[in-house]
Amino acid sequence: MDIAKNSLLYLDGVSVSFDGYKALRGLSLTLAPGEMRAIIGPNGAGKTTMMDIITGKTRPDEGDVLFGGSYDLTKMDEAEIAELGIGRKFQKPTVFESHTVDDNILLALKAPRSALATLFGKPSADTRNRIDQILETTKLKDHRFRLAADLSHGQKQWLEIGMLLAQDPKLLLVDEPVAGMTDAETAQTAELLREIAIDHSVVVVEHDMSFVRDLGVKVTVLHEGSVLAEGPLDVVSADPRVIEVYLGR
Amino acid sequence: MMETRKPLLLSLIDTRGGIFLGLVAAATLLVPVLALMVPANSAFALPPYLVALFGKYVCYALLSIALDLVWGYCGILSLGHGAFFALGGYAMGMYLMRQIGTRGVYAHPELPDFMVFLNMKELPITWWGFQSFPYAMLMVLLIPGLLAFVFGFLAFRSRVTGVYLSIITQAMTYALLLAFFRNDMGFGGNNGLTDFKDILGFNVQAKETRVALFVASTLALGAGYLIARAVTQSKFGKVVIAIRDAESRTRFLGYRVETYKLCVFVLSAMMAGVAGALYVPQVGIINPGEFAPANSIEAVIWVAVGGRGTLVGAALGAIIVNWGKTFFTGALPEYWLFALGALFVIVTLFLPKGVIGALDQFKARRQAAKNSGAAAPTAAE
Repeated sequence: MDIAKNSLLYLDGVSVSFDGYKALRGLSLTLAPGEMRAIIGPNGAGKTTMMDIITGKTRPDEGDVLFGGSYDLTKMDEAEIAELGIGRKFQKPTVFESHTVDDNILLALKAPRSALATLFGKPSADTRNRIDQILETTKLKDHRFRLAADLSHGQKQWLEIGMLLAQDPKLLLVDEPVAGMTDAETAQTAELLREIAIDHSVVVVEHDMSFVRDLGVKVTVLHEGSVLAEGPLDVVSADPRVIEVYLGR
Repeated sequence: MMETRKPLLLSLIDTRGGIFLGLVAAATLLVPVLALMVPANSAFALPPYLVALFGKYVCYALLSIALDLVWGYCGILSLGHGAFFALGGYAMGMYLMRQIGTRGVYAHPELPDFMVFLNMKELPITWWGFQSFPYAMLMVLLIPGLLAFVFGFLAFRSRVTGVYLSIITQAMTYALLLAFFRNDMGFGGNNGLTDFKDILGFNVQAKETRVALFVASTLALGAGYLIARAVTQSKFGKVVIAIRDAESRTRFLGYRVETYKLCVFVLSAMMAGVAGALYVPQVGIINPGEFAPANSIEAVIWVAVGGRGTLVGAALGAIIVNWGKTFFTGALPEYWLFALGALFVIVTLFLPKGVIGALDQFKARRQAAKNSGAAAPTAAE
């Protein structure tokens, strides 16, 4: 169990099936504290299901999912897991459309989450500064009073990443952050994620190979619900099994 | 947040809210003057039946604001809010029944007429304490609140949302309708509760009492609006809107969505209960018909017509639709339901954001036209 103890995220032999379809079969994965990891794999490889299990949306049929070596994520719900320090960015940009950019960040900022606290509590003194900081990082400062609904697709993605930052999680799960982005936006996003990875652990799920290359981190290849290969992108992409999975059909 | 803080109450009132509260205050002052001080033969005199009618509209407006709180802000389309309204009404009706005393047909000192008629020997536990006004008022809040709590706790915890939730709220009010129709429930069966005499020692039929009830209703409407506004403007309110926009996102941010929904639902049910309690002495009767699903659906139409998620719009919608109803059921009674249906279709097609939304759009367009009008000459140069 040493590996489990020293890791930030530890998945061992995780399986789950939906109506007989095995989405994950014995998936095992370890993430060290402070690490950034890219996860690639063809459609249906189980990338999103894996995210669902880590964030408590789906319960695995079997296997262990440990966070920080001691928290059993399979026994907690979404809110508890979020409080524990795992933030998630969805595949489709999911922001609060009828709130301003400012309010989106405000709602995500680490602060008491109970109904009583939000009804009667006052914002802490450094709230403004922290919002400013995050808007700076995500390059949304000029848009702070616009409604999130009016942002471009790329800006919505950044806003969502900003909301993740505001949560100040220990681990960020980022699902296809550059889907539908222009090349310039993609490059900016890679830069943003590298900046975030300096003081956070990050798991990025992505299809876009050039983006993964830009990130320059260890890569895990998923296929049919389990790990096919793991290592630097150059090594992994030379693996004949990986080539077959991606090009073989 | 960091701006200079205005006093809490003022910071809640925007232009629209100010106009609304101004109108409510004007009605609160004008109606007593016109009904009590202007001589009855004057053209400006307000006959008592109109005072009661306006009072009814005001109660509906409060119910509409309560519904807007859950539907417009939290995205919970309740098709059973009439149940909370009716329960508040029954609590008030029970107090009024206990005030009749020996003046009933059977002159029983303790039992209301219908219980004597049904051969009941003693007062059922459910009626205990209702001779006390404070107790009855507490029940006006507690009973709808408790039902909303139990119902909401089960429904939200099981993550029932959308149309399924709407259907079970409808089933809830229908089940209550059937239950209250039964004589052995002890709430007067299909006749309900009526023939009220006094409220707090004043004759409910008296002109002065009607005016007082009207004033109580407008005050409740104003207070209900301010409470709803305070809740929706707080960070709590922002979370509630976030739940409406993207429920799972809110959950992954670490908010307990169920708790938030439950709080809003219970608050809204209590407001609906107060509206029902004020309604009953003004119309003089409460019967199981108030639980009819059609009533709850009508309330949804008020909110849609006025514009959901605006509070003021909800109140406006209730008054517009009910004024139309009064007119239609007087002039062309057979066509009211057609008119209501047509109204819903028209609003859905042409005013998706209701009257208030259309006004906003109109204002924005005029503003834009003004701006481009001012910019055009410079462009021509």
